[in-house]
Amino acid sequence: MPPLDEIIRGSQIWKSVFRHPAPVDRRNRVVVMLTNFFLHLHPVSIKKQGISLSYTWCMGGVTFFLFLVETVTGVLLMFYYRPTLEWAYNDILALRDVASLGILREIHRWGAHAMVITVWLHMYRVFLTGSYKPPREFNWVIGVVLLLLTLLLSFTGYLLPWDQLAIWAITVGSNMARAHPFLGHEGPGSALLTLDGIDMITNASDARFGLLGARFVGEETLNRFYVLHCVAIPLAAALLMAIHFWRVRKDGGISGPL
Amino acid sequence: MHGHVSYEDFILQVAGFLTAYYLFVAVMNAFAALYLWQSGRAKVLLRLPGSGLAVTTAHVWLLVAGVFTILSAYATNGGAAALSLPAAMREAADSIMGPVVYTVGSLVLLAGLYLGRNFFVKPTVAWAGLNLSLLLMGLSMTDMDFASIVMKPDNVPIVAMIYLLGYFTWLSAYKAVQNDERTARGEVPLEKLDDEKVLVWPDLVYTELICMIGLTALLFVWAILLQAPLEEPASSVKTPNPSKAPWYFLGLQEMLVYYDPWMAGVVLPGVVVGGLMAIPFIDFNKLGNGYYTINERKFAYCTFQFGFLVLWVTLIVMGTFLRGPNWNFFGFYETWDAHKVEALNNVDLSQYFWVDLLHTGRPKAPDGSSMFWQIFYIIKREIVGIGLLAFYFGGGPPAMVIYSKFFREMFLRMGFVRYMVLSNLILLMALLPIKMLARWTVDMKYFISIPEYFLNF
Ligand code: HEM
Repeated sequence: MPPLDEIIRGSQIWKSVFRHPAPVDRRNRVVVMLTNFFLHLHPVSIKKQGISLSYTWCMGGVTFFLFLVETVTGVLLMFYYRPTLEWAYNDILALRDVASLGILREIHRWGAHAMVITVWLHMYRVFLTGSYKPPREFNWVIGVVLLLLTLLLSFTGYLLPWDQLAIWAITVGSNMARAHPFLGHEGPGSALLTLDGIDMITNASDARFGLLGARFVGEETLNRFYVLHCVAIPLAAALLMAIHFWRVRKDGGISGPL
Repeated sequence: MHGHVSYEDFILQVAGFLTAYYLFVAVMNAFAALYLWQSGRAKVLLRLPGSGLAVTTAHVWLLVAGVFTILSAYATNGGAAALSLPAAMREAADSIMGPVVYTVGSLVLLAGLYLGRNFFVKPTVAWAGLNLSLLLMGLSMTDMDFASIVMKPDNVPIVAMIYLLGYFTWLSAYKAVQNDERTARGEVPLEKLDDEKVLVWPDLVYTELICMIGLTALLFVWAILLQAPLEEPASSVKTPNPSKAPWYFLGLQEMLVYYDPWMAGVVLPGVVVGGLMAIPFIDFNKLGNGYYTINERKFAYCTFQFGFLVLWVTLIVMGTFLRGPNWNFFGFYETWDAHKVEALNNVDLSQYFWVDLLHTGRPKAPDGSSMFWQIFYIIKREIVGIGLLAFYFGGGPPAMVIYSKFFREMFLRMGFVRYMVLSNLILLMALLPIKMLARWTVDMKYFISIPEYFLNF
């Protein structure tokens, strides 16, 4: 009888999934990169320094991987957690004390912190290698938006445990919106926006109200941040990441000396 | 905060950690010694006369490993309390430390590292620095106040970040210095030597796979060792003191000391984002694309490092570790005492001008005057600050062109629009240190203070 792996690789099922022999020779190592959906993000061959860890620090890749970890653990947490005043805190408490996979919360939280750090390191490396210079200017701009989205993802998620740490951090953070020039009710210039002597920008209509859905961090805020955190921002980030990776390829691959 | 834990109990808790910690550092050094010895990269430090025996860096790190092993054994055998910095030293450190010393100190330190980079990037020097900082960390961990703030679950990643940033700053500078030396000799940068092509499968795909497995393992260990924080249920009536934003925004919260929220919370973050996006369009220097270098782009390097390491990172570190109740400043080894009072007698510029200098009192619109006259009087009251600011932003960019050869060349090469964007970004960035200085030296509160319209600057 032939060895087991040959039987598996020779079976019709395996062949229907992988349309090429094992990537052990040069030809098939090229073919695998071209036919596999996940691998086709990459080029077939690449400059040696483009994959040198001491050059890229792998930080963009690590950030992306952490985004995937956050997506997977986040979806699992969503099965458990209910974003209401009644349940939010208790669900998190139960994740810590009774739920069998409660450690998912730890992974999700530390992964989020790590992602903020790695995205900064990635930006740091891109700057230090001058990789934002032509032709990669636009990808840097996309990167800056991704950086912002990463911070917002982390910020909106911070509220969800609904403990003292959460609501006061969000209160401090969102108080800034109150001082938005013109759009915050305690911001410079907002007093000038009046209609027939009635203030248009009040604490129930300003930028902070829009962010919180209420005058204080409350149930409306929890709902708003939940939707932003679980749906809106991840979708936007995923789209921009796709463009970011596409542009890395189209701008000539990882930067290198001319 | 930790009032109910006695020092003895605390030491018992921390002893286990320190045992593992010192052991880890010892193993690290042992590996370094092994690596240097095996690869033949160990540097001879001195030769013993007569016998011809050489003492190399490998021996030194082996010795250091031995010392840390002893520390580890000592910590585990009830000696942890003795492994601390002398109390007098800690008190002295706390009493000198303040916002001024911290901020100026960080700046001077980074500037010194930059100027002496040829020396500091040497692996031996950098490794010695790392050992020293790890030793200091370890000795500080037996201080209850230090430990309680550093061990706070959400703060642990920040400690990790400081070390990661240190490492990568070193790595990039190390490569940059090498490249700069090569360029000076007329050679190509190191990165150029590696421009042959390799197949992505297996070279990249396997690296990625190993990275992913390693990271997953790391996350699991981290998640098991450190529980995510969960405090009391949210209560909108019990305000914690201090109330802090999430850690990555603490630099901005720290700016609230000097700026009103509309600047620190809205305008400046906007400028940071806009300024970052503008970088590729205002940096016209074609050199330094795709390899590490400092000499070929000194201005860009220094400006970015000033913005990132000084204004962003050190302020976050300060906001996290050194700001306690009422946002008062506390040294690394100081107890967070909510009753600490700091005299705040900051004065507005208009006060200085009208009251202290002219002795006339600040102009005030007569009661019942119309909107127009009210605004007129406000502007008159704040005229010095408004004038200064207009002079700063209006006069700054042309003055830089006229008085500095460097900026003149920039202006000529960049054209009007780009130059204006660049110069205004630099002026905005410089405003924070200027405000800090004005606060520290003459207790200046606001240059322009128009509370009537929430416009304080
Ligand atoms: C969620 C955030 C981000 C992800 C997942 C991400 C991912 C990546 C990846 C995987 C690469 C390939 C090379 C490498 O790993 O270094 C890359 C390259 C690049 N990234 Fe990002 N990135 C992110 C944020 C940013 C940010 C914040 C910036 C800059 C402000 C940025 C600018 C760039 C540029 C210019 C390149 C091309 C670099 C070169 O060719 O050497 N990215 N990114």
